[in-house]
Amino acid sequence: MAPPAPAGSRPAHLRPAYLALVALGGAIGTGLREAISLATPALGGFPIAIFGINVVGAFVLGALLEALALRGPDEGRRRRIRLFVGTGVLGGFTTYSALATDTALLLGDGSAAPAALYAGLTVVLGAIATWGGIALGMRWGRERQRGVAS
Amino acid sequence: MTPLVFVALAAAGGVGAATRFFVDGAVKARIRWPYPVGTTIINVSGSLLLGFVTGVALGHLVGVEWQLVLGTGFLGGYTTFSTASFETVRLLQTGRPWAALANGVGMLVASVAAATLGLWLASLL
Repeated sequence: MAPPAPAGSRPAHLRPAYLALVALGGAIGTGLREAISLATPALGGFPIAIFGINVVGAFVLGALLEALALRGPDEGRRRRIRLFVGTGVLGGFTTYSALATDTALLLGDGSAAPAALYAGLTVVLGAIATWGGIALGMRWGRERQRGVAS
Repeated sequence: MTPLVFVALAAAGGVGAATRFFVDGAVKARIRWPYPVGTTIINVSGSLLLGFVTGVALGHLVGVEWQLVLGTGFLGGYTTFSTASFETVRLLQTGRPWAALANGVGMLVASVAAATLGLWLASLL
């Protein structure tokens, strides 16, 4: 059982201000994703735009979440940045349903090898990108901590 | 694409992102497993729905603007790759390779199966 919340404090996902912050960020991220998709020609049926968007978004989210976590507890301005940029902008920018549906369409066309390559590369390179982002975020967070200490 | 459809698509993505935030919070409040169940539920359900919306649009049962606003916008904003990838790497970093594999490969297989099911269901219409 969850301990009863103190009076006047609602869980984050029920607070209208946080929901609005995530929605605003999500609209920006989704618009950005569509603008990039429209400007990127398809590479022989390979969804190159969504592929690049997901890998880049994974890198940036890794850097953001690690840097924020090192700078202090998830509250106040840090929490608002995490919800707006992380959950909102980057969550809306990257997408999983298009990855799954494009892979399913390739499989349905009998293109099993391109389907496996697309989906597999996205997940593996996405994990490597996240890892790299976390390493970068660690440097940001530590520099900031040194700056505070000196 | 008309400017109106683009704006509607982006706004729908905002609603999708807020829905994801709400669903993830509601799942975490009920299921306290040390595993990202919320993101899994979101991405698998969103893939099922996008498969369905895409199938309906491919069958010309609705206009392409519906696919753009509901599919690319709402479901694109609802599901997310970056958080899923982050959670996979965190599971690896905390010494849980099997949970990481389930979150990385298992979610992918389940989502592709769900999208295939959605496409198939739409073909029945």
